[in-house]
Amino acid sequence: MNELIEALRLVLAPDVLIAILLSSIYGLVIGSLPGLSATMATALLVPVTFYLSPIAAVASIIAASAMAIFSGDIPGCLLRIPGTPASAAYTDEAYALTRKGQAEIALGAGLWFSALGGIAGTISLVVMAPALAELALNFSTFEYFWLAFLGLMCATLVARSSPVKAIASMLLGLFIACIGMENPGGVPRFTFGITELLGGIEPIPVLVGVFAVSEVIRAMVSPEPPPLPHRRFGSILAGQLHLTRKYWRQMTRGNLVGIIIGVLPGAGADMAAWVSYAMSKRFSKEPKKFGTGHPEGLVEAGASNNASLASGWVPSLLFGIPGDTITAIAIGVLYMKGLNPGPTLFTERASSMYALYIIFILANILMIPLGIVMIRVASSVLRAPRATVMPVILVCCAVGAFATGNNLFAVVLVATFGVVGYVMERNGYPVAAMVLGIVMGTMVEQSFVTSLIKSDGSLLPFFERPVSAVLAAMTIAALLWPVFIWSWKRIRPRHQEQAL
Amino acid sequence: MTSFTRRGFIASASTVLASSVVGLKPSFSQSNYPNRPITLICPWGAGGGTDATARIIGQVMEQKLGQPVNVVNRTGGNGVVGHAAIASAAPDGYTIGLLTVEIAMMHWQGMTDLTPRSYTPLTLMNVDAPAIQVKADSPYKTIKELADAIKAAPPGKLKASGTGQGGIWHLALVGWLQSLGLQSNHVAWVPSNGAAPGMQDLVAGGVDIVPCSLPEARPMIDAGRAKSLAILAPERNPQFPNVPTLDEQMGPHKSVGVWRGIAGPKGLPADIQDKLVAVLKEVYASKEYKEFMSGRGFGVKWAERAEFGQFMDESDRQMGEAMKAAGLAKA
Repeated sequence: MNELIEALRLVLAPDVLIAILLSSIYGLVIGSLPGLSATMATALLVPVTFYLSPIAAVASIIAASAMAIFSGDIPGCLLRIPGTPASAAYTDEAYALTRKGQAEIALGAGLWFSALGGIAGTISLVVMAPALAELALNFSTFEYFWLAFLGLMCATLVARSSPVKAIASMLLGLFIACIGMENPGGVPRFTFGITELLGGIEPIPVLVGVFAVSEVIRAMVSPEPPPLPHRRFGSILAGQLHLTRKYWRQMTRGNLVGIIIGVLPGAGADMAAWVSYAMSKRFSKEPKKFGTGHPEGLVEAGASNNASLASGWVPSLLFGIPGDTITAIAIGVLYMKGLNPGPTLFTERASSMYALYIIFILANILMIPLGIVMIRVASSVLRAPRATVMPVILVCCAVGAFATGNNLFAVVLVATFGVVGYVMERNGYPVAAMVLGIVMGTMVEQSFVTSLIKSDGSLLPFFERPVSAVLAAMTIAALLWPVFIWSWKRIRPRHQEQAL
Repeated sequence: MTSFTRRGFIASASTVLASSVVGLKPSFSQSNYPNRPITLICPWGAGGGTDATARIIGQVMEQKLGQPVNVVNRTGGNGVVGHAAIASAAPDGYTIGLLTVEIAMMHWQGMTDLTPRSYTPLTLMNVDAPAIQVKADSPYKTIKELADAIKAAPPGKLKASGTGQGGIWHLALVGWLQSLGLQSNHVAWVPSNGAAPGMQDLVAGGVDIVPCSLPEARPMIDAGRAKSLAILAPERNPQFPNVPTLDEQMGPHKSVGVWRGIAGPKGLPADIQDKLVAVLKEVYASKEYKEFMSGRGFGVKWAERAEFGQFMDESDRQMGEAMKAAGLAKA
């Protein structure tokens, strides 16, 4: 109890509160600019944390990253330009709602269910951190292989185009993931002697290119779409209570999936959003409505996405294993401030630990009022003429690509993938599936090859280990399900004939 | 449009030319160097250990010099891009950088032509030796028992992880295996995305051995999941006094380790070198630097100029040997 009071005292210090507020606003703004990612927002915050007290430093990282992930949904919804690979899963859905004149429902769902998901994730961190860590420690490369494979299969589920084109896009993504020398063999592949390609192609510049830049190209070649009916932007939260009541099952499922995926060090918010969106569609009573502006998938994926963000801190805090790029940066800050990750953080420095919990909750609550303001401001972009919006987006993309690594090559990549994305979209190939391929590709290969090295080339351990066996069964079932449905449909008419 | 581009190109080309010419000659401003901000290039991304080290050095330098020292992360190409940027900067003392052990490895793999000789060595700031970790409930109690078990096991039976194929800890293991008179692949290497995932796989039962630095292994050791059998260094690490050295247990062994140091482009004028080395010496002795390094568990080691150059040459030679033995060097 004393520790809790001490933690409250730590958090309620003026410098911490100011740090939380300022970094929240910073995170919201950076995350909402198309082309600037949550990872970048966090990375650019690192030099600032040098001058802050330990708790304020970690608080600013937590607040900025949570806000940036949420506000990455804003350009996704308004302009069809997702801010993070996680929001790429449901960008089309949110944009469809905007075109239907229901932007406030889409953005409100993003905000409301992100905040609730974040709080659910934090509670899991408080209550079950040791148990979740135990689960994470049982995951070896065999389990990660199945998980990544399941993630890849979401490409066909999520896409609205033909499955063949979705798979083709995903395979292109897998090919792009092959580039560089970050592969199990440590051998440069497809680099053509270009130094910059040795490090491989990161998902973020690709994402910015295929969504943001290709959107700008589309705007250049197509006539301006009919302006949305000019009307007052409705209440953002009013519809959400109704949605919460209607879709509480989906929300809970999203939270649970998010917590479990987030806690695994090799999988993060990206996979959580994709898997949850796909799951929502698969188990929905109205799967036909998906992709046409239906909030059900948004609820589940949004809930999952932010829950995973909070539970992703479990392996980081307990074992110093980063769950994603953001926690990787956060671990660096923790070390720098003497809050070395490890179980002693939970025992010897319990008050600091409680302070982190309080900051998580605080940031997720603060997200709602700040998010509403942000949405109101950002929605004016819908009224702005396209000719003024698009050049700004292009500048943001170039600046964002350059800023994290001070590397001009990233800008070239963004431009290249802008063209690739445009060509793909024009021909009906879903770019989101390609992004998924790039995000998952490295993980599929790495976990498969290292597993085989460990098992001396035997495939048996993929099915032998208990968790692995369950995941394998799920994957194979999901693979065979369409075949089953197809044959069942072939057989059923005969049954009916017999019945007649 | 064309003429504009061409003019832009000529202008920038002449600027580059002019700056390199100015840099080669003793410049006018040398007496009052530095009279403008200094850029410190870090070849790795924000938030990592190298970035943190660069930033603490930059911060203390700034206090001592009275000029801003901006740490710039130049990432990409697995460190090649940033290292190349340091080497190709104008040698005027306004652009220096943090070199990491990769500069002694990359050219063996044919990734770049740059070697430690492509720079003006200033000061060595940090060295971390590898240590050998096993699972907490592993049957091996000492490094000697582990060594015997490795010798007794058929090639490829035992597995180790902790970095990518041909990464620094892989080479450390190869060096140790060679000193035991074994083939470089006697213990199979399982590539991973760094020491932390390697340690996780150790605890999950996926691999048997993880060679990595002690600060990297610390969270799992503190959690009671892993134990460190020996540190491959001449002396024990004061942060981990209970971990014996390999030398104590099995006799002398020269091992590869990670290091970080400050260097400038080739041809840095002597008076600027003097000034920078003097300031870096103050940084090295400062309370802030000492506290930061011990807080992260990083080892400190000092060498300056030619001495640092020799240190890099030695590291380069060791890396080359280990990489050739592991079949990773390009002929």
